[in-house]
Amino acid sequence: MLLINCPFCKERNETEFVYGGPVGVDRPDPNAVADQEWVDFLTLVPNPTGPVFEKWWHARGCGEWFVICRDTVTHEILESPDEKS
Amino acid sequence: MQNYSFFSLARNALSSHKNWQAAWRSPPLKEEYDVIIIGAGGHGLATAYYLAKEFGITNVAVLERGWLGGGNVARNTVTVRSNYLRDQSIPFYVKSVSLYEGLTKELNFNMMHSKRTMVDVVHNYPKMRDLRRRQLTMDIYNSTYEQITVEKVRQLIPALTGGGPGSRLPIIGGMVHKDAGVNRHDAVAWGYARAADSLGVEMHQKTGVTALLRASNGDIQGVETNKGVVKAKKVVVAVSGHTTTLTETAGLKLPLRTMNLTAFVSEPIKPIVDVIVNCSDLGFYFSQSDKGELVIGGAPDSAQSFRRDIKQHVFEDTVGAMLELFPSFKKLKLLRQWGGHLDITPDASPIMDETSVPGLYVTAGWWGGYKAIPAGGLTMAHHVAKNMPHPLMEAFTCNRFKNLDYILETGTTTAR
Repeated sequence: MLLINCPFCKERNETEFVYGGPVGVDRPDPNAVADQEWVDFLTLVPNPTGPVFEKWWHARGCGEWFVICRDTVTHEILESPDEKS
Repeated sequence: MQNYSFFSLARNALSSHKNWQAAWRSPPLKEEYDVIIIGAGGHGLATAYYLAKEFGITNVAVLERGWLGGGNVARNTVTVRSNYLRDQSIPFYVKSVSLYEGLTKELNFNMMHSKRTMVDVVHNYPKMRDLRRRQLTMDIYNSTYEQITVEKVRQLIPALTGGGPGSRLPIIGGMVHKDAGVNRHDAVAWGYARAADSLGVEMHQKTGVTALLRASNGDIQGVETNKGVVKAKKVVVAVSGHTTTLTETAGLKLPLRTMNLTAFVSEPIKPIVDVIVNCSDLGFYFSQSDKGELVIGGAPDSAQSFRRDIKQHVFEDTVGAMLELFPSFKKLKLLRQWGGHLDITPDASPIMDETSVPGLYVTAGWWGGYKAIPAGGLTMAHHVAKNMPHPLMEAFTCNRFKNLDYILETGTTTAR
């Protein structure tokens, strides 16, 4: 189980969190970009063997969304958001 | 190929089993082949076999990073079935199930295929409606699905003592899929390898591919391995979870995420369940192997993972759910637990296609790909040999995502 560092609640068990997917490109304006770019945004996600930035939601806790950097092979969390006071 | 039979067994017993032929050769790696298949797993070996058998292409090398049949073909829960949802999927899996049933004879290798029926245990009405809709589509393609009452479910699965009217999630009924069965995964890998080898295909173990090589005009040219460069005009990627790791070396992006799926087995016990039990509402399924072990499959780990072990809380959730319905299993000791990493597309259907890199074929996105091995191998071989897709797999293109033309199969497996 991962111990995820929530910016408000500090280290909590993974079971309190909901996974929100890897961080892809920023959402383009569907009316402004070509269909291809829009579809790429919808379907392509980073899938590296190694560190990946991903979104987590502290659903069964404070409700905060945040981004961590986690290694997909070792599951080590390499970067967590700074603590908020 | 040395024929396996009662007589060959008796003859070799007289010489203390010292004179059996090796099941496949280990020839030196050549510089060039007609077709290179990356990954000696189920799909890779089946593709190699059907390329040689059906299409006469025998100058083929199967390159494997580890050992033959040591990847996901050895890490699944051997369930073979065809209860899928979409018109594109069902005929494909029906074909695969029927090929599996004839595979022992075809490959002269005992698959220990046991056509033992699968029972879906259903806990809610929307799910039941969904399964009955699936039944109507499956009827068109000669797959079997039939609704049964709670009493019949309990009659088919006597060990199912939980889920009564007073429980949190009472059982409301079930569905029976009579075509489903289990068989022996090692036999599938070894059988295909042995038969492909006898037709001239070469298997190269401990030959890891590090990169795909493209010619100056963009076509695929070959692969770079730990044993040097090997050339081929056609390369098939059949590496499950590591598909994107390889295709990215050719500058190709595919809509795949790699996930880890849970499985574990109990200690061997006397026969207690003779069907495959699937409880999709609670997120687990199991069958009893010939050795007597309960082979249990669970849910995926939620986030991307390239690991081959499983997380404690995913494991505990699965066990907890199982004990809700099968309280008597509380006394069982669990012997082994493992995970497999596999990749999934946005619609949970596979990709079997020539990619935008000419000559580079991909068979990926298999979530429950074990049941698809024979049909997957046959149709992929057809595509590679004839440069056009087999009718059974023509829907599973790379380009369907460009039009958001999904073949949505989420929910027909443990994929969410």
